[in-house]
Amino acid sequence: MADKKLSIITTKGTLDWAYPPFILASTAAALGYQTNIFFTFYGLQLLRKDLNLKISPLGNPAMPMPMGMDKWFPVLGTALPGMEAIMTAMMKSKMKSKGVASVEDLRAMCMEAEVKFVGCQMTIDLFDWNPKDFIDGVELGGAATYLASSGGADITLFI
Amino acid sequence: MANFDQELDATGLNCPLPILRAKKALATLATGQTLRVVSTDPGSVKDFDAFAKQTGNTLVESKQEAGKYLFLIKKNV
Repeated sequence: MADKKLSIITTKGTLDWAYPPFILASTAAALGYQTNIFFTFYGLQLLRKDLNLKISPLGNPAMPMPMGMDKWFPVLGTALPGMEAIMTAMMKSKMKSKGVASVEDLRAMCMEAEVKFVGCQMTIDLFDWNPKDFIDGVELGGAATYLASSGGADITLFI
Repeated sequence: MANFDQELDATGLNCPLPILRAKKALATLATGQTLRVVSTDPGSVKDFDAFAKQTGNTLVESKQEAGKYLFLIKKNV
């Protein structure tokens, strides 16, 4: 059982999309999978020391909104200033009330369970990001690094 | 429910926390000991079944009682 391997590429940096990679990776690690996540493009935001992840109803007609707002609220309304902050606060409070772990907690649990985090060097160069802004223990690499650490994986996911 | 060596209260917690907490609790037990988990997450019924199968531990009992899900896991490895 300890021989199974899960490999994830995560490309999105919003609060909602932070959940699938960290939930799957932490659970897989608990089940004894050797697990690694490659963070590229906006996915790298999930590795910042200070997480400030947000969600946006903009361009997301599938997102439920409180009080049936998603049914009658004009699409353009989702672009109003402050909408992002409001929806993010609402989502966070809903998650808390439903006993859903915070992204910070899930990430910490992944690290505790020795999930391997690899950050995309090209993305850091592209956006002129400072590697110091990211949490410790992240290896930086490229496509070849990803392929080397993911060869023979039983499950591979692109998120 | 049969006797158990340790109990884990996972009520109010959602996926994947009951599984992660159970994994931690099991790590503190000796082989052959049992852990009772109390959960309110309906998804945990299938998840604990899958957890036991994949970790090589035995799900001795899985039942629903007064709106709660009770699991008895015996540590094998």
